[in-house]
Amino acid sequence: MRRYVIRRLAQAVGVLWAAYTVSFLVLDYLPGDPVSAMAGLGTEGTADPAQVARLKAEYGFDKPVLVQYADYLGKALRGDFGDSVATGRPVTATIADALPQTLELTGAALLLAVVFGGGLALLATATPLRWLRQALLSLPPLGVSVPTFWVGLMLVELFSFRARLFPAFGNDGLRGLVLPAVTLSVLSGSMIAQVLAKSLFTALDEPYVETARAKGAGRARVHLRHALRNASLPALTVVGVLVGQLMANSVVVETVFSRNGLGRVTASAVSAQDLPLVQGVIVFGSLVFVLVNLVVDLIYPLLDPRIVMAGAGRWRIT
Amino acid sequence: MRTTTAISAVVLVAAVGTSAACGSGGSGSGSAGSGAPKSGGTLTFAVGSDAGCVDPQQVGSNDTIYSVRQLVDSLTDQDPTTGKIVPWLAQSWQVSTDARSFTFHLRPGVTFSDGTPLTAAVVKANFDAIPKLGPLGVLAEGYLSGYTGTTVVDGYTAKVTFKQPNAQFLQATATHSLGLVSEASTHKTPQQRCAQGIVGSGPFTLASYTQNQGITLTKRKGYAWGSSLWKKSGEAYLDRLVFKVLPESGVRTGALQSGQVDAIGSVGRADETALKASGVQLLARANPGVVFGLSANNARPPLTDESVRQAITLGIDRKQVADTVFPAGTKPATSVLAHTTPGYTDLGALLAHNQAKAASLLDAAGWQPGPDGIRQKNGAKLHLTVTWFANAATNQPALELVQQQLKTVGVQLDLKELPIAQLVQTQQSGDFDLLWGNITRADPDILRTWFSTRLANVYRLPKTGLDTLLDDEAAEADPAKRRATVAQAQQEIARHAYAAPVVELQTELGAAKKVHDLEFDASSRIQLHDTWIG
Repeated sequence: MRRYVIRRLAQAVGVLWAAYTVSFLVLDYLPGDPVSAMAGLGTEGTADPAQVARLKAEYGFDKPVLVQYADYLGKALRGDFGDSVATGRPVTATIADALPQTLELTGAALLLAVVFGGGLALLATATPLRWLRQALLSLPPLGVSVPTFWVGLMLVELFSFRARLFPAFGNDGLRGLVLPAVTLSVLSGSMIAQVLAKSLFTALDEPYVETARAKGAGRARVHLRHALRNASLPALTVVGVLVGQLMANSVVVETVFSRNGLGRVTASAVSAQDLPLVQGVIVFGSLVFVLVNLVVDLIYPLLDPRIVMAGAGRWRIT
Repeated sequence: MRTTTAISAVVLVAAVGTSAACGSGGSGSGSAGSGAPKSGGTLTFAVGSDAGCVDPQQVGSNDTIYSVRQLVDSLTDQDPTTGKIVPWLAQSWQVSTDARSFTFHLRPGVTFSDGTPLTAAVVKANFDAIPKLGPLGVLAEGYLSGYTGTTVVDGYTAKVTFKQPNAQFLQATATHSLGLVSEASTHKTPQQRCAQGIVGSGPFTLASYTQNQGITLTKRKGYAWGSSLWKKSGEAYLDRLVFKVLPESGVRTGALQSGQVDAIGSVGRADETALKASGVQLLARANPGVVFGLSANNARPPLTDESVRQAITLGIDRKQVADTVFPAGTKPATSVLAHTTPGYTDLGALLAHNQAKAASLLDAAGWQPGPDGIRQKNGAKLHLTVTWFANAATNQPALELVQQQLKTVGVQLDLKELPIAQLVQTQQSGDFDLLWGNITRADPDILRTWFSTRLANVYRLPKTGLDTLLDDEAAEADPAKRRATVAQAQQEIARHAYAAPVVELQTELGAAKKVHDLEFDASSRIQLHDTWIG
């Protein structure tokens, strides 16, 4: 077990390094640099070229790419991601400031997605009514196919501009969180519902369900205790992936609902080619993704005792 | 005839009544049904973006200028109708005949919100700090190009000197970029100033700033040194200004219609009808400076050929572009400068749409129509690419229309979009045929910035007499003589078609009925000292 975790952590470091390096190379490949980008804003490029060159030298953007890479990586290893070129604030502080709002949003959305997505799958697989099952099962494909952006604008129009139940913008309080969290949860919830419903149907056809029923277990008990437990593994894997998807979609949701958060920070950093900030966000995002998937992997044996550690450090179903 | 007279009489009476009720009179927003101006209240204003900086000397985007402008006062102000420079913090000034030194006589009794007084030493500290502001301060740094220093003549007299003649500096002192901050603020790093804000002497002070969320300002108590252009003396009417950042234009519009905000920036053509229907006032003013147009890379064939450049200018139907793509009231360009720029001269006749003349110019230059309608010369097609940036929603539809118009005279125009971050890179490399863009500046010196071969010369003009005209303009301290030189420069640019001006971009705001006297300044940005709610 310990060897497995160490191994996975080593892999995580590898993933982080790769994310850092690839993003650095991509950003370097783009024409332009943060100083030119800043100088172009509001001045439409009327800035004195000599001055721009001097500033580039000040920030080190005139050095060879390998030297820049080594500089940045060396500092990043010590936890110093430098300062944002656009605002001059430390990258770590910028991310730390935006993080709570994004955690609040993605956390609420994930909760809604699990509750409603899972609930829909359970109801659809449990109901004896054919029409209800059909109706419920048609919802997830719809949820997956409508763009998050559109969902957000529709909800704002209906529940803020017309019904005036919730504010259309801002980070303030629980009321301001409702519409953004619902918007963000539609896609994730639909994916959870699709995967869980499919694996529940498969599980309900398994012989052990028959056995449980023959032993006299009630309908609900068979469904929740036997089938759901087995069917939840694929859904759990999906949740690991969904965390990344929620973070990516928060860019859209935070923009539509004018919320501050990591998504907005990322969007503005990318458009300003704010290299240090983009790097910081990418490494942070990779870190979250790697950790969540590690946790998901560690939960597997708790759900299914048949999964044990094999000697080589891989999970194996006995 | 009798009816007309009767109506005018009624209008006249109504107008007199209104101006009497308003006290000082004047036509701002919300003149309809307005009573006497009232003090107090909060104005909530939605803008589309956040520059991540609350230092007026370091911001260039209108969305942020609207708020941070209210924190600072300037040495001078500029009359939006005449373009004339008038007193604000400086009661008077002298410009040397060579336009190299500017002496300002400060108004006594002005204090910053930290309690320190405005003195000539503070003016010196401001101008000394500006050249060190860095990449965000390029606008202010550009105004101080060639700065050699400020002499404190006495407590309230400051003399600013430059290496070269710099006539534009006087207008620059009226902009937000050279708004004065307290001496303590000048000692902070540019980053600290951005993140924490600065201390100004303006009618409002910074209460809070949250990145990507908004800026809150509160009224400065005891403020008594407003611009000579303002109607109200003393403190501002409004107690609080709340600027919210709402990136989605549909959300801004809906928020204004549903009363969640009182005013919004960047109104688009698509939103106008809905806003008007819900009783919102639409306020618009053309941005001064260089109009939106196609600026040629004059060193790249076939644009080295003046006939080709002229054919492009004549082939564009400006009125059609303005009427189909831009918000109501947008004017087609009649010079390379917008009509709101001091020194603008009307060259509408020279720039009039004329397909026949465009065709004959191209014929004479040897460009013959090919089988697909695109002209050719020595086997090469008349094929040009316009590089553009997504900094305005109107760019793509405007260019697509220009593309169709030019096709009818046999010019093939391809559109190439680049991220705004690559603008400077593109200009410096010269890797473009035509660039689509504009620049806001309420001083004709912007022509020198764009077209003089002695500066960056982004558009790679040949050295001509235009350079001398632009040098003369920059060295002319007398406004009337300067206007004459600027008029000649505009003619020269139009005659040689170094750029094809298309439309005057206008700034359009929406405001709820209850908002009154929301006024544009000479740079088509806003001042909120005189604004009131009632």
